[in-house]
Amino acid sequence: MIWETILLAFRSIRRNVLRSSLTILGIVIGVAAVITMVTLGDGATAQVTADISSLGSNMLHVRPGQGFRGPGGTRSTADMFEVGDAEAISREIFGLEAVAPAASRSQQAIYGNKNWSTSIMGTTNAYFQVRDWNVESGRQFTGGELHSGKTVCILGSTVCDELFGDQAPLGATIRLQRLSCQVIGVLESKGQTGFGRDQDDIVMIPLRTLQRRIAGNNDVDAIYLSAQEGISTTAVKKDIERLMRERRRIAPGEDDDFHVRDMQEIVSTLTSTTRVLTALLGAVAAVSLLVGGIGIMNIMLVSVTERTREIGTRLAIGALEREVLMQFLIEAVVLSSFGGLFGIILGLLAAAAGAHALGMPFVLNPGIVVIAVAFSAAVGVIFGYFPARKAARLDPIEALRHE
Amino acid sequence: MNTVSGNQHLIELAGITKVYGMGSYAMHALRGIDLRIDKGEFVAVMGPSGSGKSTCMNILGCLDIPTSGTYLFNGIEVGALSRNQRALLRRNYLGFVFQGYNLLNRTTALENVELPLIYRGASAHERHRRGREALEAVGLTGWGSHTPSELSGGQQQRIAIARAVVIEPEVLMADEPTGNLDSTCSREIMELLCAFNQERRITIVMVTHAPEMARYARRTIQFLDGLINPEEPSGEGRS
Repeated sequence: MIWETILLAFRSIRRNVLRSSLTILGIVIGVAAVITMVTLGDGATAQVTADISSLGSNMLHVRPGQGFRGPGGTRSTADMFEVGDAEAISREIFGLEAVAPAASRSQQAIYGNKNWSTSIMGTTNAYFQVRDWNVESGRQFTGGELHSGKTVCILGSTVCDELFGDQAPLGATIRLQRLSCQVIGVLESKGQTGFGRDQDDIVMIPLRTLQRRIAGNNDVDAIYLSAQEGISTTAVKKDIERLMRERRRIAPGEDDDFHVRDMQEIVSTLTSTTRVLTALLGAVAAVSLLVGGIGIMNIMLVSVTERTREIGTRLAIGALEREVLMQFLIEAVVLSSFGGLFGIILGLLAAAAGAHALGMPFVLNPGIVVIAVAFSAAVGVIFGYFPARKAARLDPIEALRHE
Repeated sequence: MNTVSGNQHLIELAGITKVYGMGSYAMHALRGIDLRIDKGEFVAVMGPSGSGKSTCMNILGCLDIPTSGTYLFNGIEVGALSRNQRALLRRNYLGFVFQGYNLLNRTTALENVELPLIYRGASAHERHRRGREALEAVGLTGWGSHTPSELSGGQQQRIAIARAVVIEPEVLMADEPTGNLDSTCSREIMELLCAFNQERRITIVMVTHAPEMARYARRTIQFLDGLINPEEPSGEGRS
């Protein structure tokens, strides 16, 4: 009996190709939209998380002035640091892994006929440790190079690509304005920051070289440091603030003329941004699912009205109420399943394509797949079943008379 | 259902009434019908609109139940049956032909004819064989793969007849089977019904408005105001 009913359902689906495909389409669009949106949202979140961890989540930095470094204004009023500040932090603050004083300048890097505008950072090997950043080929600075301010440099991968292309950079000499600099290493690629800045567009030279040969002073723009595993960056931040106030002789009650920023702050800013983004995408997706659901509902309702005479005929020639119902239920289940399946495939393909196009990781969220399919299937089955039940309960005479 | 004996009628209506609505709004469609139809008869049911003939057909076809009175079909009291039991009765013993054909659209002729067999749980092989036989019997050999929209009205009604006779019913209920057809087609349909009546001994009860169609039947029943009109006593229709 069940096989006959399944047969009837399949016959009915097959002979109403347009109606069946419209029903399926509603489900496909709903499911695909939700899966695409949420998968892309999750991808963006994963991307941001990855970006943050590429910065180093246990990293802090100390800069003169207040808040984010504004365009010049805040810099001029506050005194720069000097190497002694970094040494003091390293000596007196507990739980630090590495402390790197740094200064940077924007500069042209020239090799042969190639010319690339980049930023030159003078720092020590500790910076690589703080940023968890490895030299991919070549080597780090030696103690002697750092101490005496040798003209050697380590290139970020973007600068390396721009200046050298396919050529071997190691041992070559590039010019940073008037300064000739030997390339001793190339850094591994870090990619973009969460704010879209290319971290690989950089040239590293010993701090002393930058101070003496480019900047012409002993200033340190920023001190980068990383806390040891398990040490709270918040506590470290407090300690540094206390130490720096003392060193810079800031009277109690006066504002700091420097700023310690830990990654926790940046992390929370970015995660709240992506959370809003994901919620927004989710809302759009929910609307698509709703619209898809209404589409399914309409087609099911219309088709049952249209099929009341058919139901009457079936009842007249001896179909039982439950046989007619079962047929409609199976039709609805089959259509919903097909729609759900195509929706999953389409949604995942679209999400994969979108993630590829936007350069984001593809993160599959099985929960949302289940929710989307369950919702569409429920809509399909409910709106396929209940109008059919109404029709199947009609008097066959009534149903036959239906126009 | 195997109790058909010599003195028992296939269909026996006694004091059948049917009332729609209640109280002062009550509409008395049938006011007490007594009717006997024997196996193998061909009965034409005539009468003006609203005379109760359609209501009577619905009751005879087990699609509806009377308000009072008894309806014995093959000795079974139909009024006492549940909805499902009446469906099973229709499935096994009754064939229906409607004025508007009521074929399933976008469904081939053969599938339409096979439909009652599906509900009877016949195997695919048996369905195809009997479906093709029924199409052959109505003169539509080779038309099995066409859908109703590709066929003329006469051909569609033949498919409907094939669908009704494919289960080899005891009774074929025809509700104005030629109502939508021209005279040539109507004659062909009537001859087809006569052939089934005579060759297969299928009892036929047919509602019609047209006296020339009623002449194909061997007995004519006139309805008037919810009663069988005694003025024109039933008798031999065909000369």
